Amino acid sequence: MDKIQSLYEALAKVEGFIYPNEIALNWDMLIVMYPYVTGLVAGAFILASLNRVFDIKALRPTYEISLLTALSFMLIATMPLISHLGQPMRFYEMLITPHLTSAMAIFGFVYLWYLMVVLLLEIWFDYRYDMVIWSREKTGIMRHVYRALTLWVSDTTPKSRKTDEKIGYFITVVGIPSAFLLHGYVGFIFGSIKANPWWSTVMMPVIFLFSAMVSGIALVMFIYMVVTWLRKQKIEMIVLDSIAKYLFYILIIDFSLESLDQVHRIYVADESFDILKILVHGKLFFSFFIMQIGIGTIIPLLTLGFLQFKKPNDKIRKAIYLILSICVLTGIFFMRWNVVIGGQLFSKSFYGFTSYKVSLIGSTDVLLSLVWFIVPFFILAFLLWLLPPWKKAPAPH
Amino acid sequence: MAIDKENFSRREFLKHAGSFAGGVVFVSLINPFKFVFATKEPKGTGKWYGVAIDIEKCIGCGSCARACKVENDVINEPFFFRNWVEQYTITNDEQILVSSPNGGIDGFKQPVPEEEIYKTFFVPKMCNHCAKSPCTQVCPVGASFESPEGLALVDITYCIGCGYCVQACPYGCRYIDPTKGTVDKCTLCYHRLQQGLDPACMMACPTGARIYGDLNDKESALYAFIKEHNCAVLKPQLNTSSKLYYNDLSQEVH
Ligand code: SF4
Ligand code: SF4
Repeated sequence: MDKIQSLYEALAKVEGFIYPNEIALNWDMLIVMYPYVTGLVAGAFILASLNRVFDIKALRPTYEISLLTALSFMLIATMPLISHLGQPMRFYEMLITPHLTSAMAIFGFVYLWYLMVVLLLEIWFDYRYDMVIWSREKTGIMRHVYRALTLWVSDTTPKSRKTDEKIGYFITVVGIPSAFLLHGYVGFIFGSIKANPWWSTVMMPVIFLFSAMVSGIALVMFIYMVVTWLRKQKIEMIVLDSIAKYLFYILIIDFSLESLDQVHRIYVADESFDILKILVHGKLFFSFFIMQIGIGTIIPLLTLGFLQFKKPNDKIRKAIYLILSICVLTGIFFMRWNVVIGGQLFSKSFYGFTSYKVSLIGSTDVLLSLVWFIVPFFILAFLLWLLPPWKKAPAPH
Repeated sequence: MAIDKENFSRREFLKHAGSFAGGVVFVSLINPFKFVFATKEPKGTGKWYGVAIDIEKCIGCGSCARACKVENDVINEPFFFRNWVEQYTITNDEQILVSSPNGGIDGFKQPVPEEEIYKTFFVPKMCNHCAKSPCTQVCPVGASFESPEGLALVDITYCIGCGYCVQACPYGCRYIDPTKGTVDKCTLCYHRLQQGLDPACMMACPTGARIYGDLNDKESALYAFIKEHNCAVLKPQLNTSSKLYYNDLSQEVH
């Protein structure tokens, strides 16, 4: 069996002592993907909501893009988790017989609430009027598709648009705490494990939430640029500049929270401190200091900070934003990595380490993770084709 | 120079203090102080299993771990254990060396020369059958559950193999069985207990270092052992209410 073979390799790499059952790393790359993807959803949605609730004109062109991005990732958000299960066909047990003391059991409900009640409804009310118009303009099958999408509500009076607008606004307001809930909750899945000192901190949900916002905002920035470029339209710098501004602020909060967590650990230095210190300076050095802190946080922070004062010309700024959004997205991926994989590399006996090997060939978890990351982009392309934000009728006034 | 204290008169202070004290007495009358149990939280009056291990008596032969693998069809690879033995060696220069090659099944070698050893001992490990088990708490479908006898068990026809319980167990007592895709762990040989037989590890131990029994039974050997010896549990700070008591446990053991 391949699995056993790789365990022998891991056994050869054990440093110090670990409990024999710990040689097998129980949560692999797919579980890294899981908070990463849900984080992107929550972040993109929160950006859209900020936009709507505070009526930020400069962000308006990204509103639908953010929502559709959130939806694309949301549709596959459970897949990393399900495909990681030892018994994937039994996943529905979690929904029909949830064990209520488990932090994980509630995920299905939080997920359904968020997908059904918040995301789909908000998008529906936002697009209802346009879908009615499109169903009239199109011919053939698309006509029926749009008509079905409107759920056969074909009212196009200004009054009905007002109602759409009002309900949409209300859903957004409900949506913000829901997005907070969704991702704060994912943080809690880790933060509530008292057996693992690397995870067990009350800060975890908050850190997850802010890092989610950071990654979601960076993703929308990236997608906005790519989509506008593909459409051969002009990228509006005011849009990018304002997304960048929000990214900067949230990144500051995120970085402060994470620093607070680390400073607290270092200062309190409880019994787990020695092993965690070796972990962070050893096995996690690259993914923590270089990727998460350096590339994912410090470089974007400094650059964005600089851009708040001095603005180089548009072309350079565009390039900077594109690179930064990729840096941030990579950094947050490594943040999830450091939590999930990092938390399993040291032994709960605090006397040693195991290892985790990433290989593209032969390890299904890595391949599947890639699939679950790429599929949403295809879904997004489809959604943008089906519901093009740029063909929407101007908002009524 | 007089220090300007708060302008609270003594009479007022006494009045406040009196009503506060009265309040405390009143609250404690309606809600009397509940004992914090030193060894267990009893649930019902039926059997309530616990285990004790006498570290002084363990010779590290690994018979218990071997017997467990055979009795419970645990995959015969060095990564899956319901029961294993660790060897602790503390050197004169205060290094702590721990090892458990193949869970101790093939016995142990002592790599440190005798004159450098400060102390060395064996620690047999198994599920602690925690009374407040974090593993059963986190199971999203309730496949991990606590039996009325206080044993943490798994219904493998129901387990979805998420591995959350593996993460939640502070003692490394669980693993995912790759052949089944579900979790596996010590049951204290529940199938044997039900037939009135002793668990395999208890039978196999040649020195009597392992005792199990009913903590609710004041006459049991286990009860007497815990009473007579200075026992401790692993990681008490995690408040799992472990029911695996070690006699003579060194603080280095995690
Ligand atoms: S030792 Fe681990 S597996 Fe056993 S009851 Fe305690 S937490 Fe659960
Ligand atoms: S692996 Fe099985 S027993 Fe453990 S938490 Fe998941 S479903 Fe429950």
